[in-house]
Amino acid sequence: MKHSSNQGCVSDFVVDRTGSEYGPPVAVYIKKHGYLRILVGFKGKSGMTSRKKKFGSNNGVWKFFTSVKLTVFVLLILAATSIIGTLIPQNASQGFYLQKYGEVFFSLFKGLNIIDMYHSWWFLTLLGLLAVNIIVCSIDRLQTTWKIIFPDKVSFNLERFNRMPAALRFDCEKEADVLEKACHKLLETSVGPVSVKKNDGGTALFAEQRRWTRLGVYVVHLSILFMLAGAVIGSMLGFKGFVNITEGETTDFIEARKGEHKHIPLGFSVRCNDFSVSFYDTGQPEEFKSSLTVIEGGKEVLTRDIVVNDPLRYRGISFYQSSYGTASAKNVRLKYTSKDSGMVYEKTLSFKEPLILPESGGTLILDRFANGYQFRGHNLGEGFVGRIVPEKGSETEIFISVRFPTFDKMRQGKFAFEVDGFDKKYYTGLQVNKDPGVWYVYFGFILMIAGCWITFFMSHQSSCIYITGGDGRQSRIMVSGFAHRNPQGMKLKIEKLAEKIKDI
Amino acid sequence: MNSSMLLSVVTFVYAFVSVLYIGSWTFKKEIMAKVGLYVLIAGFVGNTLGIILRWIESYQMGYGHAPFSNMYESLVFFSWTVAALYIFVEFKYRERIIGVFATPLIFLAIAYASLSPSIGDRITPLIPALKSNWLIAHVITCFLGYAGFAVAFGFSIMYLIKPTDHKNGGLTARLPSLALIDELTHQMVMFGFLFLSIGIITGAVWANSAWGTYWSWDPKETWSLITWLIYATLLHLRMMRGWDGKQIAWVSIVGFMAVLFTYFGVNLLPGLHSYA
Repeated sequence: MKHSSNQGCVSDFVVDRTGSEYGPPVAVYIKKHGYLRILVGFKGKSGMTSRKKKFGSNNGVWKFFTSVKLTVFVLLILAATSIIGTLIPQNASQGFYLQKYGEVFFSLFKGLNIIDMYHSWWFLTLLGLLAVNIIVCSIDRLQTTWKIIFPDKVSFNLERFNRMPAALRFDCEKEADVLEKACHKLLETSVGPVSVKKNDGGTALFAEQRRWTRLGVYVVHLSILFMLAGAVIGSMLGFKGFVNITEGETTDFIEARKGEHKHIPLGFSVRCNDFSVSFYDTGQPEEFKSSLTVIEGGKEVLTRDIVVNDPLRYRGISFYQSSYGTASAKNVRLKYTSKDSGMVYEKTLSFKEPLILPESGGTLILDRFANGYQFRGHNLGEGFVGRIVPEKGSETEIFISVRFPTFDKMRQGKFAFEVDGFDKKYYTGLQVNKDPGVWYVYFGFILMIAGCWITFFMSHQSSCIYITGGDGRQSRIMVSGFAHRNPQGMKLKIEKLAEKIKDI
Repeated sequence: MNSSMLLSVVTFVYAFVSVLYIGSWTFKKEIMAKVGLYVLIAGFVGNTLGIILRWIESYQMGYGHAPFSNMYESLVFFSWTVAALYIFVEFKYRERIIGVFATPLIFLAIAYASLSPSIGDRITPLIPALKSNWLIAHVITCFLGYAGFAVAFGFSIMYLIKPTDHKNGGLTARLPSLALIDELTHQMVMFGFLFLSIGIITGAVWANSAWGTYWSWDPKETWSLITWLIYATLLHLRMMRGWDGKQIAWVSIVGFMAVLFTYFGVNLLPGLHSYA
């Protein structure tokens, strides 16, 4: 008899009688796939083996969904297809796919939804199939095992204990009734309530514990349903978006990550008071920090600093520090050299503040800060866009690069401008999410851990001590037991119990 | 003596352990495995001290973080968890020679960390994304899971090369009984599965607190799920379809390949975990 064949599930037992599986069993061993499968039928009150009809037992569709083959198939297909999305980058731009894989593969990927495969109809169908499989299997098996888990009355069968290969038999130099009392106490403290059965040969003491652990596997399956339900709730009622807020500015909407950057109103406003970034000596970033204020109904409700790993949560919406950048600048220190006289001038300037240039050079106005200025297909990075209004003629737009100080010289203008320094005005990049399903997922997490622990490391254990009186002070003892899984652990437990009896 | 030097010494101690265990099997000398266990414990103590020392050094350098932040540190910790789990199994089941294929894994991981030129042993500061108390919980549980699967892998190899015919009395017949190896493989897979689940869960909770989404299908996440699905399949095949012995040993080996890819292969792919 192989115990692991019914580990984790008791579906191999066909039980159709009120009471426990320890009634008089009719055991049938069927050899299948090189292992022993145990079918235990029970005699009903009429003495006939009766089968109560199970829900859905005649339904072909129902049968299809109860099969473990389907479970194994779905699990393996999910594993195999998941690999695709780790090899082909997901949700990249069209240009990326065309460049890397070519036209043919791109249309193939698009047709099969491989560029966003984890949200494709076929992947979600597989997840749905798994959910239905779990639900149907659990309902189907609980119908047959509920009576085992919650029996009206627990009865024991001495014969079954006697047959266990792990049973230990030994003699004891004590009278039977002394041993009986001591063993009763021992069993009660180490296992649980003891039931006593006397027959002509001797006295049998039985106890069992953790019958409820047979429910563990259902807890694991339920946990997966909670996680999937949480994911569905989150995607239907929640959103994922982002927003960039410049220091000192306020927003009351964000942009959705999907769907053409649709605007999502927040229902309140958020102001970024300040953003700062610090670095280690090695040049690696140490911390990104934003100070945020929530404003609702014209009143400041909440002010908090957020860093990566520590978001702001307000009214079910979370704001996560995710990026930053230079939005603008103030106090721009300009240096400009006259082409004619070679004179170098300096001036600190704000936007839109006209700078009257010497040597009748006209007027310079700085219009804006540019973050990634494009010049003949090249990205020149940060810089300032301005225009020179000459005393006569039309104005010229100029770009003063921060990274390339000599860039403006190439314009061959009257003055060559360069940036000597400026104060940065940052924007903070926030990921903004609302996920009302997350608590279902978290509850699923707790169930998963608890369920796995119960299923793997706990078992329904029954123990039995059978005492037969011998001649005078000599008694014979049998210690036996079985568990619905982990026979190795049960064997150790029986050995320990035997040791304790010998010490009485 | 700094932590890197100490851990280099531990590498050689673990190498000696592998030699002793493999020797005890080839030369049929149980005494070698007995000595091997004590040398393994000595190496494990050194390994523990090395990790603690590295933690202290990181504080002295002003970074102050747990030593779980890069490939070198994770490999050292991987050796530590496999060693801890194997010592536990040997004490619990009192079988000596089962370490023949498990102990070399302990050595290989730390040797790769110490000797590979592409893996730096410098202590570096923590990037902002890793600054969380979840880091410790996530790394420890994931690595306990990996360790369970690694030891199961060692047992599976042993199962497959042990002949069922006991009469020939060859080298492989010295190994523990097939039924015991099979049972231990299953125990290790269950242990690994529980901790991989907790590892994925702590990772998800952490991701939710750092990035606002508990699952983003990043390659490491996806591969850990693939590993989880393979071992879930193994458990269903064993518990519900009655698979055991060679069949389970092969599935366990396939599962461990997925573990290795989750651990090393994913670093070749882009994603959130590309730092470790």
